[in-house]
Amino acid sequence: MSTAAHETSLGLDHRKVAIWAFLGSEFLFFGAFISSFLLYQNDVNEGPGVELFDIPFTSVSSFVLLMSSVTMVLAHSAHVRGDMRRMRLWVLATAFQGMVFIGGQVFEFTTFVKEGMAFTTSPFSSAFFALTGFHGAHVTVGILMLLSLAGLTKLDRVKPDQHIKTEMIGLYWHFVDIIWIIIFTVVYLIPAG
Amino acid sequence: MASSSVAPSGSVFRRPLATKGWGSWLTTVDHKKIGKMYGFTAFAFFLIGGLEAVFIRLQLAEADASVLSAEVYNQFFTMHGITMIFLVVMPMAAAFFNFLIPLQIGARDVAFPRLNAFSYWAFLFGGLFLYSSFIFGGAPNGGWFGYAPLSTSTSGLNMAYYGVGLQILGISSLAASVNFITTILNMRAPGLTMMRLPVFIWMSLVVNFLLLFAMPVIAVALFQLTFDKVFFTSFFQAATGGDPVLWQHLFWLFGHPEVYILILPAMGMVSEILPVFSRKPLFGYAAVVFAGAAIGFMGWGVWAHHMFAVGLGPVANSAFALSTMFIAVPTGIKIFNWVFTMWGGKIRFTTPMLFAIGFVAMFTIGGLSGVMHAIVPHDAQQTDTYFVVAHFHYVLFGGALFGIMGGMYFWWPKLFGKMLDERLGKIHFWLWFVGFNLAFGPMHIAGLLGQPRRTYVYGEELGSSVERWNQVSTLGSLIIVVSVVVFIWNAWKTYRSDEIAPHDPWDARTLEWLTPTPVPEHNFDVIPTVTHRDEFWHRKYAEDDAGRAVPVPAGASEDHAAEHGEHEEHIHMPDPSYWPLVLSAGLPFIGYGVIYKSIIWAVIGLVLLLTGVYGWQLEPVAEGDE
Repeated sequence: MSTAAHETSLGLDHRKVAIWAFLGSEFLFFGAFISSFLLYQNDVNEGPGVELFDIPFTSVSSFVLLMSSVTMVLAHSAHVRGDMRRMRLWVLATAFQGMVFIGGQVFEFTTFVKEGMAFTTSPFSSAFFALTGFHGAHVTVGILMLLSLAGLTKLDRVKPDQHIKTEMIGLYWHFVDIIWIIIFTVVYLIPAG
Repeated sequence: MASSSVAPSGSVFRRPLATKGWGSWLTTVDHKKIGKMYGFTAFAFFLIGGLEAVFIRLQLAEADASVLSAEVYNQFFTMHGITMIFLVVMPMAAAFFNFLIPLQIGARDVAFPRLNAFSYWAFLFGGLFLYSSFIFGGAPNGGWFGYAPLSTSTSGLNMAYYGVGLQILGISSLAASVNFITTILNMRAPGLTMMRLPVFIWMSLVVNFLLLFAMPVIAVALFQLTFDKVFFTSFFQAATGGDPVLWQHLFWLFGHPEVYILILPAMGMVSEILPVFSRKPLFGYAAVVFAGAAIGFMGWGVWAHHMFAVGLGPVANSAFALSTMFIAVPTGIKIFNWVFTMWGGKIRFTTPMLFAIGFVAMFTIGGLSGVMHAIVPHDAQQTDTYFVVAHFHYVLFGGALFGIMGGMYFWWPKLFGKMLDERLGKIHFWLWFVGFNLAFGPMHIAGLLGQPRRTYVYGEELGSSVERWNQVSTLGSLIIVVSVVVFIWNAWKTYRSDEIAPHDPWDARTLEWLTPTPVPEHNFDVIPTVTHRDEFWHRKYAEDDAGRAVPVPAGASEDHAAEHGEHEEHIHMPDPSYWPLVLSAGLPFIGYGVIYKSIIWAVIGLVLLLTGVYGWQLEPVAEGDE
């Protein structure tokens, strides 16, 4: 039962108001993790610290994640046009780029652990893995939503006129991207600079 | 309504249809039923938390008593705090949010009925999860604010239950806040502008924004605590480079807004009750609303007054002392507005009114001792003594619980279709009022004389007067118990009686009283169009030449009955659903999986969670829309 926009007090669909509210709350969630990281970024306990970061490698996977916002926009606009084939294609492309990013993170995490920086090595490592790990979990949830969306359009459970669903997943996806820009800058780039 | 008719599907995704019988309570998405479920559950937890308090008081009646061992005492006072805050006052407020918000804004339901059911079940499972710790080796024992490093370095999983249990309750609150914000902003009846909203709705909106932004902060702190407990990270372990003060910052950055999350709903209820029984509109509506919003904003800037004794330095202490004193200004504005609402009114001293007046008086005392804590040297003297215990009980019991009790008596006829007995209600009020003041008033003195909080014995050396004041406190707590028994007796008696309450027993002002009693599932036969603040009052009364209210001759409000039936057939409320229950049932399993590092439990939880999510997504919007 989609609520037509003109029936609501704000003229917006309920789901859109709700997703904006939820994403507002997510900013505080990552804000608290980023603050904790800033507090601990030098507390390495004689373990390895920021020198482990491979900036070129992470830049590439960050670039892939940022580009996935472009395909997400394309997916949404295809859905608005009712072009479900193209929409599915762009959704899957977005999910694929998300998976590349997660693959990069898995590779990065294993490398760090091999080089002596595990979750419990130091306050720095704990704060780093908690922050980037929770971001990775958010991306993973986003990938699950994208794959489900693609599957549901195939089964005709998400109809061409229900582009608000794509829009909402898109808003979530863009949020995850924006947060990554902040995390990448604060965690990787500033200490390296 | 929904695009075409939806044929009843034969799959597992069929939606249940029963709206009667016990099964309907498990699958309901009706905001009124969910509100009642919140209320009943919170009241059950209130009795448990109260029982813990009575044991604490019995232990403290003598300086060196041995009613409870030190360890059990630690668990009881910790669980008493957690219970009263997270399992009583917050869900009681949620009960009123659920029941009242759609009715007061002229809506048929909340924006997301299934999400609403989810938040109830997550609350229930979070509470059961926390209490299951008593069975599995010991309840949380590090104080309700779980200060690190005590909470992270002690052996045993007590505080792991705290970390995960509060996390589940936080998920519940977050879901509810998104839902209520959307409902209030987006589902107001035609003509119901923001500045015509009932004050209760305004306070609910502020509270839900506070929840929206406070819950993620505590979520992060709880994750870090859980990691410290379960995986031995060192977020808060000074020995390995962590900083216990981080816990305090994150906790109080949540915890101080939380204080307003607890008190603002009661302020909203009192702002509805006082005008009705003073037969006057609320004095300074705009000032009350803006003061409430200001408290919401300023609540974020005062957290470090909980940390004056940490040693943050003179600059931080001064800044937070000032900000804390400033927040008394909007609070004071509200108190004056309530007093001026009663001023010159034709006051009817009904039970809800007595509780509302009690709220204003007791909350003022609690607020004033709060200002004392803003003065840093004062705070250094009072912190960690019973003076603080007295202060926050005057705010949260004298404030929040008095307001909630007033709200219960006031809205009971709308909730259950019957009036609570006024005579028993007044006995309840006076026992409650006297017991409350006897229990918590003396704590101010005992605290100033040096009795520390959180210790199970205080030793003879504090002197016999401290012991005497403690005996008075214990006596007061027992009087409160009697008053609660009177209330339960009253509720039971009302439940047994056949007398149906009138639709508008108090001659009230707001839209919820426009509905018949009991409220039909769809709330309003016709969504009302709003032209005034206090819309319902203006439908009943007009002004004569002298500006006095005179009843409108019969008719105006009966128009709605005339239209009855005309629209009724077209209203299709959302069908019940299994999936909120399934989805939330996954949470405690994941919780056990984390605490006991058990993959199996975690996988069971995850399967339930994902089944719930996909079932939710795939079930039809409605089963057999006509």
